[in-house]
Amino acid sequence: MSDAARSAAPAAIAPRLDHPAARVLMRRHHLRWWEALPWLAAMVFYFAFPDYLGFGTELLIAILFALSLDLALGYAGIVTLGHAAFFGAGAYAVGMLAFYGIWTEPITSLSLAAATAAVIGLLSGLVLLRTGGLTLLMLTLCTMALLEEAANMARAYTGGFDGLPSLPIAPVFGVFEFNPLYANTQYLYTLGALLICFAFVRTLIYSPFGQSLTGIRENLLRMHAVGSPVRRRLVVCYTISAALAGVAGGLWAQTNAYVNLSVLDLDRSATVLIILILGGHGRLYGAFVGAVVYLALEHFLAQIYPTAWQLGLGILLVLIALFARNGILGLGETLWRRYGTRLDGS
Amino acid sequence: MDLIADFAGILLGGLAAGTVLFIVSVGLSVTMGLMGFVNLAHGAFAMFGGYVIVLAMNRAHVGFIAALALGFVATAALSVILERSLYRRLYRAGELDQVLFTIGLVFVFIAATILIVGPESQTLQLPPALGGQLNLGFTQYRTYSVFLIGVGFAIALGIWLGFERTRIGAQIRATVDNRRMAESLGINVDRLFTITFAFGSGMAGVGGGLGAEFLGLDPQYALKYLVYFLIVVSVGGLGSVIGVYYAALLLGVLDFVLKLYLPQGGTMFIYALTILLLLWRPQGLFGRKEL
Repeated sequence: MSDAARSAAPAAIAPRLDHPAARVLMRRHHLRWWEALPWLAAMVFYFAFPDYLGFGTELLIAILFALSLDLALGYAGIVTLGHAAFFGAGAYAVGMLAFYGIWTEPITSLSLAAATAAVIGLLSGLVLLRTGGLTLLMLTLCTMALLEEAANMARAYTGGFDGLPSLPIAPVFGVFEFNPLYANTQYLYTLGALLICFAFVRTLIYSPFGQSLTGIRENLLRMHAVGSPVRRRLVVCYTISAALAGVAGGLWAQTNAYVNLSVLDLDRSATVLIILILGGHGRLYGAFVGAVVYLALEHFLAQIYPTAWQLGLGILLVLIALFARNGILGLGETLWRRYGTRLDGS
Repeated sequence: MDLIADFAGILLGGLAAGTVLFIVSVGLSVTMGLMGFVNLAHGAFAMFGGYVIVLAMNRAHVGFIAALALGFVATAALSVILERSLYRRLYRAGELDQVLFTIGLVFVFIAATILIVGPESQTLQLPPALGGQLNLGFTQYRTYSVFLIGVGFAIALGIWLGFERTRIGAQIRATVDNRRMAESLGINVDRLFTITFAFGSGMAGVGGGLGAEFLGLDPQYALKYLVYFLIVVSVGGLGSVIGVYYAALLLGVLDFVLKLYLPQGGTMFIYALTILLLLWRPQGLFGRKEL
């Protein structure tokens, strides 16, 4: 290579770093100020509504569960109707360990819940992710139903339909006890778990691995063509997603101090899907927005008007599927852009 | 009781349940095969038809056969309205949007049923001619179950002949195999789909009414049996009438046997078998096209 060519190469690239697109790309993984807002809001909620911390805990768990689904569905494009399989696996892992007095320490229990769910995710992912479309939808649905029936059948260990009541959970760090009447510990403990999991997912998304997942979602053939190990990436992503769902399930079992078949049913899978789509999938904060909107509406409307709530939810889903395919965040972004360009124009 | 009567009882009970599954699911198979549309609201159409039939008989005292016809027409009409106004917009959307849309539709159906009719379950009063027991020579069995099996066989035969021997059947087969080619040959796929969607939904409505006697009929029906309808369709193969018929009968008998001998979680084996079968043949037993 001649000297001229060697010196020309960096010169040709250097000006492009000033290009607006290059700046956006280089900074897109940087933390922005508004990313602190959800966590500030969570702390404000803790001090402002001490009577609603049980509800708050439920909300945080729903966010984590939806976040785990976002990794598989939003980023890698794995359309699944059986994500509750992993939530349930984590919940039953924690529940059975505690109920039979084998292991009650909460943080290590959560790791075991994650590991259990990850193993199931890995095994099912290795087999199921060969397929796609409707077959995959059916297979994930059947895997979840299979686990549910297995838990129902093994009633000697799982308590069957009645589940395992009053789980003894040891205090967090040996100090902070779970009090069923005041959910302070449960709330902060869940918030901590969510923060750690979120930081992990955020890092993962902006890593080359995360970028290749988006690539697989957007153009499978091209990713094959550039030599990306597509199947392996999908299986790893599915396993990580399963582990996170397992943590959410483990938190659910610990904070409620019971576990039953409801952690494994179609209802739970459908609800988490609805939460994620409502908020906006494939955008990291969709899980937060979706869970807050869905659970707030459910908490205040479903108790008073259960039928009207279901009707309203149904109509909302139909409208989202028809008109707002990117959820609330997507809708907000569109409106913001339209509003912004109008400002620029005037 | 002797062994043959026992065996025949299980077989007939399972076949009757399987027949209802077939009548409900056959439309879903054909419409999914034609458009690749994931219609989770198919069970809601079955529920709607079932309610029309049962309410027509119980409240307006319409005859059984007339009520079935009414259920077919009402469900078909409703499905055409929905297909023309809403479904149509989502044919080119991804599975995710279709799943979300049809789940929303199911919720609307369930809530509307609770609001209009009430949350309690409805009971079908069978006409006296179908009420008692029938002597089959080797065993006695419920007349209604035997009637169902016969009706199901006639319907399967009718639809199969319609598929294999009529012009519209040939058009449907062509479109399931290769939609673009069929369109280029001048087949009006849109119209074809509306017709099959209406017919399939109408059949689902009839199935909802015929099965109300032992599957029950309450607002949760739309979701309760959805997984079974989907299993029948995916195991049988998209767009294959014969496949759906065999899959439905197989599932009916298997479910009947497992519920009898393993009431706690016995259905686990059904899901395991479905998973294995779909991994072995993603296109189902008789399908020619991947799901």
